[in-house]
Amino acid sequence: MSRYLVDKAGRRLVFLAALVAILILLLIALFTFKEGLPAFLKIGFVKFIFGTKWSVAGGEFGILPFILASIYVTLGALLLSVPLGVSCAIFLAEVAPHRAREIVRPTVELLVGIPSVVYGLVGMLVVVPRMGDSLLAAIIVLTVMVLPTIISISEDSLRAVPHGYKEGALALGATHWQAIWHVMLPQARSGIATAVILGMGRAIGETMAMIMVIGNSIIIPTSPLSPARTLTGTLAMELGYASPGSLHWSALFATGVVLFILILALNSIAFIQRREGEG
Amino acid sequence: MRARVTQKLAFGITWAAGIITVLVLVYIIGYVIATGWRAITPDFLFRPPSEGGISTAIVGTIYIVVLTIAIATPLGIGAAIYLTEYATENWITRLVRYGIETLAGVPSIVFGLFGFALFALSLLGTRCLLAGALTLACLVLPTMIRASEEAIKAVPVSIREASLALGATRWQTIRHAVMPAALPGVMTAIILSIGRTVEETACLYVAMGINPLNMPISPLSGGTTLSLHLYYLAMEVPFTIEPMFMEKAMGTGVVLILIIIIINSLTHWISSRYAARMIR
Repeated sequence: MSRYLVDKAGRRLVFLAALVAILILLLIALFTFKEGLPAFLKIGFVKFIFGTKWSVAGGEFGILPFILASIYVTLGALLLSVPLGVSCAIFLAEVAPHRAREIVRPTVELLVGIPSVVYGLVGMLVVVPRMGDSLLAAIIVLTVMVLPTIISISEDSLRAVPHGYKEGALALGATHWQAIWHVMLPQARSGIATAVILGMGRAIGETMAMIMVIGNSIIIPTSPLSPARTLTGTLAMELGYASPGSLHWSALFATGVVLFILILALNSIAFIQRREGEG
Repeated sequence: MRARVTQKLAFGITWAAGIITVLVLVYIIGYVIATGWRAITPDFLFRPPSEGGISTAIVGTIYIVVLTIAIATPLGIGAAIYLTEYATENWITRLVRYGIETLAGVPSIVFGLFGFALFALSLLGTRCLLAGALTLACLVLPTMIRASEEAIKAVPVSIREASLALGATRWQTIRHAVMPAALPGVMTAIILSIGRTVEETACLYVAMGINPLNMPISPLSGGTTLSLHLYYLAMEVPFTIEPMFMEKAMGTGVVLILIIIIINSLTHWISSRYAARMIR
């Protein structure tokens, strides 16, 4: 009889384990909102988002400079990494001979694995001396960091295109490239869009490497060569010395809320995109 | 004729993209190794930072990895078992899947914020190794679940059917038939999670802090990891004062890259062996 009890208990247990992921997500939302709420109430939502001044000593907290820096850096990195990444994905899925693929694929996996501080360090020593701590330096470092995400998800979506589509195009006399360009890429469109969205998420969330090359000045960046500071960088650099419960502390959590909502929106789009792609 | 020329050109571009990707990696790894290998000596590996080494960071990394994996593995594998063996297509399953995918996208620094507020301040009262490990366990959970799920899904249905036909319960089938067959894949999941734990920096920087000189003894003490230590060497000490620190930072980078290369080769080795066995 007891094995049936174990059977039941086991089932319950793994169900609870599955719920933990949602629980963590809820807790993250709860804690950042709870701690961030006072800042939204005291400063005012609009003034917080569009305020251009962030001064701990002056008690002024507006995050527009950080939002702009995060957006510029993310868009800049995508502008460079999407064409490169999608080309590389086409190369891996369609063009590369077996041996070339065996070299490029592990490369992409290693690029994912390299810690962000190592990217930051190489950026500090190779990129920064040429252009200074700046948005552009951050964009270059970030381009390399989101490249693997773009490549691997785009490659998967190209491979998921049914063989018949490509063969049909070839049978109609299309060249291999015409089949890729006019048939496979449009079919893989939603997968590639997912790749771009997830790459965007990675770029917005990147922290340490950005701090190391972007200069961290609290100004509204006016040119690609001007230093700046991202949302994530502000959190990492200031949380250690903000005293819990203060307005500064709350403003940092409110910044976390903005970041969290941004990512939640991006991921929901990606989630729906992927569902539709499957269906 | 024009179509052929276009094709040549386009294929050339994709070749270039592939080559650029490889060159970038080779350059980064080559640069780190070329500038950092000289730092790597027995003293560097086994002495504390006060004597010019990174021993505290190595011990801290091992500490964090063991704690994190010990917390995340049962949860991750349990969730994966539920999703593959029990879940039916309903709103709870969809919610769980949405939760996992979203969690995977939440930035490391937001985990840090949460871990700092919940684990470090509310539960433990201090920024310490355990607070860092708990935070990291939340962060690697999606990786662990997805990879274990792949492993369990790859076990042929016939194995389950054979076990059930012999009168085993669902749970007996999972424990004695499915999981042993999925073991190599689950190992891969754990190794991948170790990789993420080693490379993660931002969430630890916030939830645990950096305590480079401290040799960690209890999980409630402060400490550092290799990634954190690299950041500390590169950023928190101006090089103008200590130019030696740059070489040490690079040396730490070499150690990190070696760990990542070993981890990647291990997963490849396991999955190729496993694939071979499945065919036989």
